[in-house]
Amino acid sequence: MPEPLSLDSTPKLSAMFRLQWEEAQNCHVLLYPEGMVKLSGSAGEILKRVDGQTSVSGIVDGLKAQFPGVPLDADVLKFLEVAHDNGWLRFV
Amino acid sequence: MTTAGSASSSPAPGKPLWLLAELTYRCPLQCPYCSNPLDFARYKDELDTADWIRVLREARKMGAAQLGFSGGEPLLRPDLEELIAEARQLGYYTNLITSGVGMDEARIKAFKTAGLDHIQVSFQASDEALNNYLGGTDSFRHKYEMARLLKKYEYPMVLNIVIHRQNIDQMDDILRMTVDLEADYVELASTQYYGWSKLNEAALLPTREQLQRAEASARDYQARMKGKMKIIYVVPDYYENRPKACMNGWGAIFLTIAPDGSALPCHAARQLPGLTFPNVREHSVEWIWNDSPAFQRYRGDDWMKEPCRSCPDKHKDFGGCRCQAFMLTGDACNADPVCDKSPHHAALVAQVDAITSRPLPSSTEKPLVFRNTRNSKALSEA
Repeated sequence: MPEPLSLDSTPKLSAMFRLQWEEAQNCHVLLYPEGMVKLSGSAGEILKRVDGQTSVSGIVDGLKAQFPGVPLDADVLKFLEVAHDNGWLRFV
Repeated sequence: MTTAGSASSSPAPGKPLWLLAELTYRCPLQCPYCSNPLDFARYKDELDTADWIRVLREARKMGAAQLGFSGGEPLLRPDLEELIAEARQLGYYTNLITSGVGMDEARIKAFKTAGLDHIQVSFQASDEALNNYLGGTDSFRHKYEMARLLKKYEYPMVLNIVIHRQNIDQMDDILRMTVDLEADYVELASTQYYGWSKLNEAALLPTREQLQRAEASARDYQARMKGKMKIIYVVPDYYENRPKACMNGWGAIFLTIAPDGSALPCHAARQLPGLTFPNVREHSVEWIWNDSPAFQRYRGDDWMKEPCRSCPDKHKDFGGCRCQAFMLTGDACNADPVCDKSPHHAALVAQVDAITSRPLPSSTEKPLVFRNTRNSKALSEA
């Protein structure tokens, strides 16, 4: 059974997926076998920080430093949960 | 992708997100449902490495993100490693679509170093004898070994099995094999009836009962393997009532470059009459995509006739497949007869019933026409 997601969890992109900035789309995208997901600005900012080493709280800290004053914790957790359900990432 | 409103005559083209590089029509296999054109033997003059690199660069600049190296058998090109490395450096997600024949551990390693993202291996069946019979090559054990190695080198692996009347009853075995090989994705692709498979239709089109059993088996495995292996089963569109959104629309996101440099909105498009397909030896990818008459011919909805023109789903399925409309009705502007709004739908249903109510023809009575150079030459002259 998957562990419940918390601020201490550490996400890592699944081997199948590659994150990159796509100039032609003007956004971050997730590429996988024969497919592409276009990401919103905030989704791109979160996934950029997913490196298999930084915990969720570390990711939130990074985002807070870059976007001061924006309440984040709940949104980040919610997004990571969706990303996990989609198979984009796992928790290490 | 589509513009709002019905007055849109020639919408600005989207981006060629998907580039299919058919590096060669040569292939060690002889599958009787091959998607290469019947007259593939005519096209011997393959693009060279420099041509391909220019195409990769130009298409990437236009926004292409997914790149499939396909064929024929792309492993026959000795410059494959070089093309993968260039593509990866340009930022493509690189997919190798292969039979596995011509692969070995050294090449699997070299592809990894070059940056290859994913490999799709085809199996013709889960039964060795049937696999080798359909492919016309003793390839089963080698494929199995290669699939194991791909997992060892941690590639995302898609297994593709073309499903038809001769192997559909083994759906359980096929899925068991894909589980054993630890596939990440499984594509159960029903034969589409163009070119070679149209010639062999009587031996390939499954019955409705076969299809229902196979679907039940696929659903069972989908539930069982949820979260571990993704199984996609594309059923034969001849049994549907609405057409497939072929290529996501003509000239909308797909760009195929054939081995001779012809640019095609889909790999089967050469069979359509009255179109001259531009060649990358003479034109830039930008001109081909944005301005060439062939890519504009069925883009948008201006070309549509009834029942498509007034159909609320016209931006959902784009009237189906142009090649199928042409093959089955004689006019590529007609609705794909898979659609039950098409006046030709009843004739298609009757044809499918007639084919599938006959017993499977024996190999002596009506032998399969295998895809090989000899048959291609004979068919090109006919």
